[in-house]
Amino acid sequence: MSIWLLGRLAQAAMVLAVMSVVVHGLMGLMPGDPIDLMIASDPNLTAADAMRLKALYGLDQPWGQRYLAWAGQVVQGELGYSRLFAQPVLAVIGPALVNSLTLMLSALALSLLLAVPLGMVAALRPGSAVDHAINAFAFASASLPTFWLGLMLMLVFAVSLGWLPAGGMQSLGGDGGGVIDSLRHMALPVATLAIAGLGQYARHTRAAMLAEAGQDYIRTARAKGCGPARIALKHQWRNALLPLVTLLGLEFGSLFSGALITETVFGWPGMGKLINDAVMGNDFNLALTALMLATAMTLAGSLLADMAMARLDPRISLR
Amino acid sequence: MPSLFRLLLTIIVLAVPMAAGAKDQLAIGLSQFPASLHPNMESMMAKAYVLGMTNRPMTAFDAKWQLVCMLCERLPTFDNGLAKRETGADGKARVALTYTLPADAFWGDGTPVTTEDVLFTWEVGRHPQSGVGNAEMYRRILKIEAKDAKTFTVHLDRLTFDYNALNDFQPLPAHLERDRFSPDPATYRNRSLYDHDSTRPGLYNGPYRIAQVVAGSHLVLERNAHWRGTKPDFDRVVVRAVENTAALEAQLLSGGVDMIAGELGLPLEQGLALAKRDDPRFQVIFKSGLVYEHMDVNLDNPALADRRVRQALMYGLDRQGMSRQLFDGRQPVAHTQVNPLDGVHAGDVPTYGHDPAKAAKLLDEAGWILKGASRRNGKGEALTVELITTAGNRSRELVSQVIQGQWRALGIDVRLKAEPPRVFFAETVTKRRFAHLALFAWVSAPENVPRTTLHSSQVPSAANNWTGQNYTGYADPRMDTLLDAIEVELDKPKRVELWRQLQHLYAQDLPALPLFFRAEAYVLPRPLTGVEPTGHQDPSTMWIEHWRWRP
Repeated sequence: MSIWLLGRLAQAAMVLAVMSVVVHGLMGLMPGDPIDLMIASDPNLTAADAMRLKALYGLDQPWGQRYLAWAGQVVQGELGYSRLFAQPVLAVIGPALVNSLTLMLSALALSLLLAVPLGMVAALRPGSAVDHAINAFAFASASLPTFWLGLMLMLVFAVSLGWLPAGGMQSLGGDGGGVIDSLRHMALPVATLAIAGLGQYARHTRAAMLAEAGQDYIRTARAKGCGPARIALKHQWRNALLPLVTLLGLEFGSLFSGALITETVFGWPGMGKLINDAVMGNDFNLALTALMLATAMTLAGSLLADMAMARLDPRISLR
Repeated sequence: MPSLFRLLLTIIVLAVPMAAGAKDQLAIGLSQFPASLHPNMESMMAKAYVLGMTNRPMTAFDAKWQLVCMLCERLPTFDNGLAKRETGADGKARVALTYTLPADAFWGDGTPVTTEDVLFTWEVGRHPQSGVGNAEMYRRILKIEAKDAKTFTVHLDRLTFDYNALNDFQPLPAHLERDRFSPDPATYRNRSLYDHDSTRPGLYNGPYRIAQVVAGSHLVLERNAHWRGTKPDFDRVVVRAVENTAALEAQLLSGGVDMIAGELGLPLEQGLALAKRDDPRFQVIFKSGLVYEHMDVNLDNPALADRRVRQALMYGLDRQGMSRQLFDGRQPVAHTQVNPLDGVHAGDVPTYGHDPAKAAKLLDEAGWILKGASRRNGKGEALTVELITTAGNRSRELVSQVIQGQWRALGIDVRLKAEPPRVFFAETVTKRRFAHLALFAWVSAPENVPRTTLHSSQVPSAANNWTGQNYTGYADPRMDTLLDAIEVELDKPKRVELWRQLQHLYAQDLPALPLFFRAEAYVLPRPLTGVEPTGHQDPSTMWIEHWRWRP
């Protein structure tokens, strides 16, 4: 187990190193740099100014040299400053990460809370009207564009009914309004993400449950006189959980990279928006750290999923 | 589980906010969040909008486009004796300007604004490693002499007609920022209190100070207790950033924000749709200003280098019809780059109404003869133009499509292309990589001399590190002479005449094809009065102390 773990950690370190080169390289290949954009918007910027600023931000250096400088800095535990926000990278990422985790974990929890029972119900009555209805709902939820769904929810619950705020994380001014106020602000973005994710989890649950339904051990349990509820929950569900755990493991990284569209629509300052701004603004330090974090978390999620599967299925051993 | 869900939903839904009482807070919606709050680093409209409420530059253009003192007692002029001619060792005319800071100007922590702050700001601005973007203004200042704590004399290296404008000079609080700057100027941009401790009252000298910053979401501004001027009406101003403009409108309609800034809010078409809804809670003010929508022409292209072809393209356009159909007539047609609201605008320049017959005649004269559905030259080549613009800008995309249709009717093959703004501005336009026409806008100031866009020395190239904004490659000695002359002509009537000649030359030569002056939609709550959209780069918030709530 410990050798397996060390191997996986070494693999993860390699993946991270390769990713850092790829991400840095892709950002370096993007046309223009922030100083070029500044030249286009500021008629008074002289050639000397442009050269001075490029030198100041290290943009006059060849790509390889810039990458090595960044990597050397990171190895020493120094993540540097964000060019856009003029603050240490961690100070910028910290609040955005908390915001994204709050949003994404709530949405994931709500999504699973609804999707798993729906998937199970559909699997227990395959081909029935209930199954068709759940399938249709799952397809619809997976197909709806999140920006459209978000705006529709906003129009209905915020603009027309006036029940919920249209965006932001808290009421403006004063002390913000406390926990209830925060919950009210979370309601629409969480609902948007939960509905968008619900379909795939329901479909996976249904498929996994159906795959298990034809297994010998289910037939045996039924022959021994087990009731349908006990078979479904005690036997079928436990084995159907395995593909779902793999899926959740792979989704783990996205909790840390946020949801750009939903965050933009609801004015929720999370990681998705931050990463987008950092990449578009050539903020290398910020973009690389945020993307590396998301990659590391995806790898960690995959590792945790493997460990969970070994725990859930005695036939799997970690070697 | 269902009961838990019901309970949660009930709590959320029942906790509807209480109706607003007295208006002690104004919530403004913007479509961008300011990344940095340092007044003198990168320029950004969202930052200018927020700092308009918290900081004052030395001078600014007001809503009537007049230069006014914002942090000085009197504008120095030769008439009042506060401006004096000087001559440099090279024989060139220079000027010395004496400004006096208001006696009751204070930073938000009660420290007086003094000449020490002015000297410190100049020191930061001209330091090569401080990270200040546009250092030209600071370089032009040869020396600043402090007469006393409030009075100082600025010596400029040249005498131009706008000699007394220090619009970009935003004093920094030396008592707070010097400790951040002096030990290591090269890292100052990462250590300034404006970004590290943004809620320090001493950083602000305007009617408001920043009290809370929630990055990417909103800023809360509170009254500056040491503000010297008219007391602002609102205890608190909240600026909320919502980048998606449909969501921003939803915020407005649901009461999340009270108003949407015109400077950085809804696109015109969305503002027009909102105005048509005629919601009794809001008024929509459309203000056209100094955002000049036009098509830059790549004059290196042989077909477009012919002035007759450019004039034909203009006659082939029905810009009045476009403005009427697409923008409800809110965007005035431009005839040159000078806005009619500008004091130097010439009303007698040649104009190009929609006249397809004249366009066809000019194209014939230029050797582009209609053969079948397309125009071809003697070599059989078709007259083809590629029109490139910024992707995602609905107005520009619509205008491009109409232009394509109208020019096709003349037999011109028009190909449309849209690029992400980042590629468009950082590569295609800046490095002159557009084949024929590039549709975008210039933002300028009142009586802004278009040296960077029209002078032959300002054509971007690898040799000058792609600086200068003469993307068309226009080079005409007459234009160069006029630009040089306007800058140093102090006599207003003579300068207006030079401007008239410049506009005539522009309208005849057409280095760029003028389209419209962009209008901006200010969505304001009906009880809010005193908001005066300026139409130029100085935001309306610079006069927020005059905004009043009259239910």
